[in-house]
Amino acid sequence: MLATIYALLFYGATILLVVGIAMRIQRYARIPAPLKIPTTPAPTTTGGVVLRMAREVIFFESLFKSNKWIWLFGWTFHMALWLVLARHVRYFTFDVWWWVQIVQPFGTYAGFAMVAGLIGLWARRFLVDRVRYISSPSDHLILALLVAIGLSGLTMRFVAHTDIVAVKAFMLGLMRLQINELPADPILLTHLGLVAILMIIFPISKLMHAPGVFFSPSRNQVDNPREQRHLAPWAAELEK
Amino acid sequence: MADGDNQIPKLDDALQVPCIKPGSMDGLQPFLASPEHQEALGFPGELVPDWKERALAKMEELAEKNRAFQVYLDICVKCGACTDKCHYFLGTADPKNMPVARQDLLRSVYRRYFTFAGKYFPWLVGARDLTEDVLKEWYSYYHQCSECRRCSVYCPYGIDTAEITMAARDILASVGMGQKYSNEIIGKVHSVGNNLGLNPKALGATLEGLEEDIEDDTGISVRIPLDEKGADILLVTPSADFFAEPHIDGLIGYAKVFHQAGVSWTLSSYASEAANFGLFIGNYENMRLVSQRIRKAALDLGVKRIIFGECGHAWRVAYSYLNTLAGPWDFLDQNYPIPQHILEFTWNEIQKGTLTFDKSKNDHLNMTYHDSCNVARGSRMGDMPGGQFEIPRNVIKAVCNNYVDMDQDTIHEATLCCGGGGGLLTDDLMDLRIKGASPRMTALQQVTKDHGVTHMAAICAICKTQFSKVMPKYGYEMDSVVSVHQLVSNAIILDGQETEDDAPEAAEAEE
Ligand code: HEM
Ligand code: SF4
Ligand code: SF4
Repeated sequence: MLATIYALLFYGATILLVVGIAMRIQRYARIPAPLKIPTTPAPTTTGGVVLRMAREVIFFESLFKSNKWIWLFGWTFHMALWLVLARHVRYFTFDVWWWVQIVQPFGTYAGFAMVAGLIGLWARRFLVDRVRYISSPSDHLILALLVAIGLSGLTMRFVAHTDIVAVKAFMLGLMRLQINELPADPILLTHLGLVAILMIIFPISKLMHAPGVFFSPSRNQVDNPREQRHLAPWAAELEK
Repeated sequence: MADGDNQIPKLDDALQVPCIKPGSMDGLQPFLASPEHQEALGFPGELVPDWKERALAKMEELAEKNRAFQVYLDICVKCGACTDKCHYFLGTADPKNMPVARQDLLRSVYRRYFTFAGKYFPWLVGARDLTEDVLKEWYSYYHQCSECRRCSVYCPYGIDTAEITMAARDILASVGMGQKYSNEIIGKVHSVGNNLGLNPKALGATLEGLEEDIEDDTGISVRIPLDEKGADILLVTPSADFFAEPHIDGLIGYAKVFHQAGVSWTLSSYASEAANFGLFIGNYENMRLVSQRIRKAALDLGVKRIIFGECGHAWRVAYSYLNTLAGPWDFLDQNYPIPQHILEFTWNEIQKGTLTFDKSKNDHLNMTYHDSCNVARGSRMGDMPGGQFEIPRNVIKAVCNNYVDMDQDTIHEATLCCGGGGGLLTDDLMDLRIKGASPRMTALQQVTKDHGVTHMAAICAICKTQFSKVMPKYGYEMDSVVSVHQLVSNAIILDGQETEDDAPEAAEAEE
C-alpha cells in the first residue's frame, strides 16, 4: 500500500517535472529576443559566450562581483547540492559508476555544507532589511523545504539508519515499472515525500532559474550587432 | 518639493547603502502625456475604460515577443544581490527603487494572472490584482528608473530591470498613460526630425553662427556642412549639440577633427537627432520609425559612412540596434564600422598621426571621466570588449596632461548613472534627479579631495545636461562637466593656425 502510494507519487512527480520543464524551456526557446542586449563588455564570439556562461553557472561570477556573503552561501549550497545529487545516483544504477564512487565520501559531507549554505541564505532573509523586504512566504518555504530535505537525509545517514538496500531495490524497481517493498521508516518517508514536492513545484516556481539562466539574453548573446544583422521574425514582418 | 538643500543626500562614500525608508518616494510622478502627444505616437489619448483587460493583453503580448521579459519575470530568485546597486535606491532609500522590488511591482501582477501559483495561491508568492492604484504605482516607480543596466551587471542571471521598466512603460502608454516628456519629444522627431523641433532653416543659421565663432577663435575657416549631397560621412548627433553648453563645444570639436582629417562630411536636417527616445518608452515601433529617418537621410544624401556624435543612449541604439531597426546597410562602405562612434574616428586619426595637439591648452583642467551608463553596459567601441572604456580615456589622455579615474567601483561597467537618463531628464522629476546623482557626485567629490579634480568629461547629451543642472547642488560650477571633444577642440592645432610657439615671439616683437 505504502509502496504503491509512493510509487505513484514519484511517477506523477517525475512526469510533472520533466514535462513542466520541457514546456517552459520550449517556450523560452521559441520566444525571440528582438534586440541585441548583452550586458557589455560582452564576448564577441560564440566561444566567448560559452565561456561567459560557464563562469556564471560554475563560479557564479556576477554574484561574486555583487555580494560576497550571498556568493559564499549560495555557491556553497549549490556545489554541495550537485555533490549530493551525484551521490544519490547510486540508488538508481545497479552497478555504481566509477565517478559516483569517487564522489561518495565528498557527497556525505556535502550534505552539511548544503544545509549550512541554505541556513546562511535564510538568515539573510531575516537579518538584512532589504532582503526581508523582497521576500515572500514562498521564498522562505523553498528554503525550508530544502533544509528539511537535507536534514532528513543527514539524519538517515548519521543518526537513524534506514534499510538502504531496500530503498535501492524500490528505486531500481520503479525504473523497471515494478513496485517493490518500501521500508515504513517515517524519516525516509518524509525525505522522499519532500523530494517529490520539490520536483512538482520546480517547473512552476523560481527554481526555473536553473534552466532559465541559459536563456538570459543579457548573458547569452554575442556582442556583434554591427557585423551581423539580428532580426526577430515578428520584427521582420514590419519590414514588409 | 522640499527646499533645495534638504533634498541632497549626504553619503560617506559613493556606494554607501542606506537603511530602507518605505514610502519615501511615493507618489512622485512625471506629467502625463496629453491626448494629442499620445495619439501622435499611436497610443490612446487617455486612460481607456477597459484599461485592465488591455494592460493584461499587452503584458501577454510582450511576453510572447520578448524573451528577456518572459525569462526575467520567471527566474528571479530574490537573492537580493541587486538590492543595493541602483543609484536611485542609494540616493532615496525607497525600497521600491531596489531593482528587484521595482521588477516585483510588475511581476506580482504577472504572477496573479499568468502563473499557476499566483492564480491559486496569490498570498504565497506575493501576487496581486491589477488595480488603478497598482497602475499609478507603476507610473511612479517605472519613472524612477533610468534604464541604466547597473543592476544587470550584478544579477547572477543578468536580469536587466531596464527591460521590465521599458515593458511597463509600453504597457502604460498602450492604455493611455504615456509620459509627457518622452512622448512630446518623440512626436517632434517624427514631425520635424529632432528633439528640439529645430527646423532646417533655424538649424542652418545656427551652424553658420558656429562656423563664424570658430573662425573668430582660430582664424581658420572650419565648415559645419548641412544637407550636402555626396559627402562621404553623415554625422548624426544629439540636437543638444546645436545649442546647449557644454554640448556645443563638443560639436565644434568634431568639426575641427573632420577638418584636420580632411574628410568630407555633412549633417542632415531630416535626421538631425541621434537620441532615440523610443528606447526610453520601450516601444519597438516608435524606435524603429525614429531610426528609419537615419536610413532615409543616408540614402538621400548618398553618403558612404555614418558617424554618431557624443550621446549615450543614442550610441546604444546606434551600436546595438541600428542594424536591426534600419539595416541592412549594404549601400554603405563596408570597410568602416557601421555605424561608427566619433571617438572611434578621432582615436583612429590620433593613432594615424593626422592630428596635432597642444596639451597645455587643457592644463587649467584637472580631469576625470564619467562612463555613461548605456555606452558602458549596452554598447562597445573599437574591436575589443571594453573599448568603450579605453577609447574615450585614450583620447582624453592624448589631449590633457591631468587625468585621474574615480573609484574603481564607480567606473567602467560599474559606472553610476548621472541620474537623468532613460527619459527622466525633466524638471518635474528634479527631486529624483538630484538624489539619484548623489552616488556619482560623491565619487567625484572624493577625487576632488584626493587629487584636486576640477572637471568631469562625459560623452552623453543627457549626462551633460543633467550634470550642469545638478552639479551646483554639490558644490561645483555648472560648467564643471565638459564634452570629450571640447577637450579635443581646446588642444587641437589646426593647419595654419597661429600657435602659442609663434605667439610669444610676436608679443616680444611688440614690446
Ligand atoms: C544550472 C544550475 C543552477 C544555477 C546556475 C543556479 C544558480 C543560482 C544562483 C546564482 C542563485 C542566487 C544565489 C543564491 O541565493 O544562492 C540561486 C539561488 C537558488 N537556487 Fe539555484 N542554481 C542552479 C540550480 C538549482 C537547483 C537544481 C536548485 C534546487 C533544487 C536550486 C535552488 C536554488 C534556491 C532555492 C535558490 C534561492 C536561495 C535563496 O533563497 O536565497 N538551484 N541559484
Ligand atoms: S540579483 Fe537578480 S535574481 Fe537576485 S534578486 Fe536581483 S534580480 Fe532577482
Ligand atoms: S536599470 Fe538602473 S535605474 Fe533601473 S533599476 Fe537598474 S540600476 Fe536602477
